[in-house]
Amino acid sequence: MTVVKQKLLALSGDEAVAYAVKQSDVDVVAAYPITPQTIIVEKFSEYVHNGEVDTEFICVESEHSALTACLAAAATGARTFTASASAGLALMHEILYVTSGCRAPVVMTIVNRALSAPINIHCDHADSMVERDASWIQIYVENSQEAYDSTIQAFKIAEHPDILLPAMVMLDAFFLSHTLESVNVLLDATVREFVGTRKIPLVRSHEGKLVPFKLDPKNPVTMGPLDLYDYYFEHKKQQEEAMQRALQTIKQVHDEYGEISGRRYGNGLIDPYRLEDADIAAICVGSTAGTTKVVVDQLRAKGVKAGLLRLRTYRPFPSQDLREALENVKAIAVMDRSNSFGAYGGPIFHEVRHVLYDAPTRPQVVNYIYGLGGRDMPQTLIHEIYKDLQKIVKTKRVEKPVQFIGVRE
Amino acid sequence: MTSKQKGWKEIPIAGVCWTPTTEYLTGDWRTFKPVPDLQKCNKCLLCYVYCPDGAIEWKREAEKIEFNYNYCKGCGICANECRQEAIKMVRE
Ligand code: SF4
Ligand code: SF4
Repeated sequence: MTVVKQKLLALSGDEAVAYAVKQSDVDVVAAYPITPQTIIVEKFSEYVHNGEVDTEFICVESEHSALTACLAAAATGARTFTASASAGLALMHEILYVTSGCRAPVVMTIVNRALSAPINIHCDHADSMVERDASWIQIYVENSQEAYDSTIQAFKIAEHPDILLPAMVMLDAFFLSHTLESVNVLLDATVREFVGTRKIPLVRSHEGKLVPFKLDPKNPVTMGPLDLYDYYFEHKKQQEEAMQRALQTIKQVHDEYGEISGRRYGNGLIDPYRLEDADIAAICVGSTAGTTKVVVDQLRAKGVKAGLLRLRTYRPFPSQDLREALENVKAIAVMDRSNSFGAYGGPIFHEVRHVLYDAPTRPQVVNYIYGLGGRDMPQTLIHEIYKDLQKIVKTKRVEKPVQFIGVRE
Repeated sequence: MTSKQKGWKEIPIAGVCWTPTTEYLTGDWRTFKPVPDLQKCNKCLLCYVYCPDGAIEWKREAEKIEFNYNYCKGCGICANECRQEAIKMVRE
């Protein structure tokens, strides 16, 4: 396929997501407003009001109900979407597990916002990082263009009959959600064709018949009522298997989309930048990658072999791709925009270092906790990180494996 | 539970029930057993309506209620609702 006709629009990250949802032929949206996500569902409710979509828009009294409504709708075979952030996502916590356990492929945008207290509406990744174990696919985007592209891809990944897991797409509060960017959008018909209609696989029902896996009075099925020590474990193993299969599906859907749109983000799982021959590299998720690329270019101009690996997919964790991409780097700085209080470093650090333990070369891996509550991460601080890495390579010594950067003493 | 439990590759996803719940005999949860006094019973069928487990059957031919002890969990709701005091809860 060749790259198709597109339109260039000026959109904020939130508007880009709403536009993607509008084009994706979504049956049900249930949502509750919370800054900085509100614009997404506000904009979408305008589309509903103006008759531009035939989506059922359900106003609910809380995020707990929003996700419950989406779960129930998805269980009937509908394509569903919601969006949240921070405390809203925290309130959904219980239903996140019910949704993935019922294998309901809900797509949800999370505009990453710090958790209270004190109240803070700005960007950090604490809200979605704590949900990493909930059996939801997690994709973190770098800019509004990618937010648009990834939202469309998320429907196709989540609803894939081999996967059937809910998916979250994360974008950084304000840096992306409220900042106007030039976004290339596909034509409505192109997106419709790409996402298609939801394919429903067959399951064995209590009547012993093979019936479509959806709630339908014509072919009744019961989903997830009770499992004790006899079958719960088996169902969780199925979810883990689906997660592992998703590594391939995410790549595949990303490739198909790349063919049409001409836009690719690494291989869909990891997005390396000037990494092939790098001696030192940073790892991050989200919009900080943009600033870091500028720093990498500046260092490269001075002859420093610096690189970056942006982790795009965090769940499932692309351990093999990550190990292969990093095993020849000498020193690596993992940047976490959230903290696991009392732990030895942030959540991304835990997994990156853990994966590299199996690399025969065992690169040095250090951790920087940065940008909590929307604290800016300027080029100067990123330069400091690369300076530390150069020192580690030179002295072969790590003084502080885990540190906070950009915090006042 | 049977000894022939299935593996994760065999069972439907999402906890979809692949056998009817009637295969689970919940009668062994019971401590007290409802016993009807058919002399007192006026066949109003309130017990039939209130039983949360559908464990009370109406026998059309014999024109009387009958308890299905395979499923009756012994909650005592029927005895509580019966206006005739025609159901007694008896320790098993
Ligand atoms: S409620 Fe009492 S009187 Fe009515 S049918 Fe049941 S046992 Fe008989
Ligand atoms: S004791 Fe409870 S379960 Fe048993 S027949 Fe009466 S109402 Fe039904």
